[in-house]
Amino acid sequence: MKLIILENYSQASEWAAKYIRNRIIQFNPGPDKYFSLGLPTGSTPLSCYKKLIEYYKNGDLSFKYVKTFNMDEYVALPREHPESYHSFMWNNFFKHIDIDPENTHILDGNATDLQAECDAFEEKIKAAGGIELFVGGIGPDGHIAFNEPGSSLVSRTRVKTLAMDTILANARFFHGDLSKVPTMALTVGVGTVMDAREVMILITGAHKAFALYKAIEEGVNHMWTVSAFQQHPCAVFVCDEDATLELKVKTVKYFKGLMLVHNKLVDPLYSIKEKEAEKSQSSKKPYSD
Amino acid sequence: MRGGEGPSRAPVLQFTNCRLLRGGRLLREDLWVREGRILDPEKLFFDERRLADRQQDCGGCILAPGFIDVQINGGFGVDFSLATEDVGSGVALVARKILSHGVTAFCPTLVTSPPEVYHKVLPQIPVKRGGPHGAGVLGVHLEGPFISRQKRGAHPEAYVRSFEANAFHDVLATYGSLDNVCILTLAPELDRSHEVIQELTARGIRVSLGHSVADLRTAENAMQSGATFITHLFNAMLPFHHRDPGIVGLLTSDQVPPGRHIFYGMIADGIHTNPAALRIAHRAHPQGLVLVTDAVPALGLGNGRHTLGQQVVEVDGLSAYVAGTKTLCGSIAPMDTCVRHFLQTTGCSVESALESASLHPAQLLGLEKHKGSLDFGADADFVVLDDALHVQATYISGERVWQAEVAGQ
Repeated sequence: MKLIILENYSQASEWAAKYIRNRIIQFNPGPDKYFSLGLPTGSTPLSCYKKLIEYYKNGDLSFKYVKTFNMDEYVALPREHPESYHSFMWNNFFKHIDIDPENTHILDGNATDLQAECDAFEEKIKAAGGIELFVGGIGPDGHIAFNEPGSSLVSRTRVKTLAMDTILANARFFHGDLSKVPTMALTVGVGTVMDAREVMILITGAHKAFALYKAIEEGVNHMWTVSAFQQHPCAVFVCDEDATLELKVKTVKYFKGLMLVHNKLVDPLYSIKEKEAEKSQSSKKPYSD
Repeated sequence: MRGGEGPSRAPVLQFTNCRLLRGGRLLREDLWVREGRILDPEKLFFDERRLADRQQDCGGCILAPGFIDVQINGGFGVDFSLATEDVGSGVALVARKILSHGVTAFCPTLVTSPPEVYHKVLPQIPVKRGGPHGAGVLGVHLEGPFISRQKRGAHPEAYVRSFEANAFHDVLATYGSLDNVCILTLAPELDRSHEVIQELTARGIRVSLGHSVADLRTAENAMQSGATFITHLFNAMLPFHHRDPGIVGLLTSDQVPPGRHIFYGMIADGIHTNPAALRIAHRAHPQGLVLVTDAVPALGLGNGRHTLGQQVVEVDGLSAYVAGTKTLCGSIAPMDTCVRHFLQTTGCSVESALESASLHPAQLLGLEKHKGSLDFGADADFVVLDDALHVQATYISGERVWQAEVAGQ
């Protein structure tokens, strides 16, 4: 596991965005080789999305050959509801970039057969060759996607009833009216995320500090589902200083000491502009010699 | 995959890199258009799984709903009130020329005329969709002849009249058919105006108060009968008096029917209304303000003598007078000039200035679902403006119908 500790939220978000950017470009996606990316919603990844949009607008990154799979969606919330994850993804990411709608996948919480919808989602991930990089956030209770405390650590995509904590936390998005907050969701399972070749978890803010501690300093525990990634061969936790408040000084110092090494993952920062330039140069070479 | 089924396969246009006026704010959003209507791109993305077929970079410009002029008497030498055999070609000429002012729809306005003129002219100005041929015709605005003699302004006195017994039949006899009419300006102090206003309103015609010496009480009664508009506020009505504010008082009256408010036309050319008066009206009742040009045939012609209705007018700069007098008889300032002047004079927001020339007239006419807004489902009639609100291009039904000449091209 890598633990990346940045000064604050915006630096953590930028680091994560740079990392995604480098991973996509180094993968060298094309019409026969799509990069499949798992994506979260919520307030934590917002700034990361903004950075990715900026990279696209500057011509440094393209999503033309990227397939996206979202972690979750509420059940029975109209898709056009401003709090639906469809709306979130449209407003905060998809409408700003060059992704083909055919390549985006979000669970349909209004499907007539919810479990069939979940099974089909798993099939689509499989058909895409699995997920290359799954980006996630966590709740203060350590839930990943809607895998609430107590979820099976080998679970697959399915219908989940939301924990009271989550419903209360979500009430602020529904004018504080508890009766309006969805109580069920479709979510990828912990096992679904575990299958990704790489997992990146964003954790920022003091209110997530205890969850981060449970995630990396205590044992694997289904009451803190994010702790499952201790057993993932390639997991990256990106956090800010505030999120480290519950960690041991020793842990923090160790990983801060590694930042020199870890920063090499985002520096140099690649751009598709250079790639194009490289291509045209190499094709010219035989004639310029 | 879901392709091939359901919705239209017509090409989708995406206007990018712009700020568009929506919900009273300028938003950094793209404008999506299909089959002449504004499209919800989120539905396109998730339901149809489609992207735009063509993108157009707007260079950071402002996109606002096309301007709607509900009071224009003519222009470019054409006088709508002149009874010729070929009124249609005159209307068509003006419709084409005002595209450069950002106007995408208008109400050709007829000043006080004898009945035979109405009978001849009205059938020749049908409601017509806009397009590359010109701005759309929403219906005729009849200004007179049922107006006050004292406040007739430039209208010829000989044809000014009041309602005879059996008032609505008198109205029909005067105009002939009202099929092509959408606004009618009258003086509410005339006897029997109450029943005329009710009849007209029942037929979907907007009744406007103007060229009148009505006191506030009379004006409020007219509004309760169905009147919704004031023709060129401050002009051709009693001046504001604190014990009887007259028609002007409707802007802040508490006697208006619930759920409704008055709209009022403003000629913001810097001549017909003193800037301070413009500010008073705007601050008292911003959401009712409708910018109108009240343009005369000399619009777009330049200085000299020109014909308006049965009279001769003299133009000097942005002023037009009844020849030989100092009586103003309409403006020659184009709509975009009025919008800029209004913005500068009132210090209002850009959004508010643009809505006064688009959303408000559309609401007055009950067309706000289709015109005067860039909401999803509305007609893609819009104007592309630079930051100083100079018109760069005009679009009707998503099609470019006018474009400013670009230096160096």
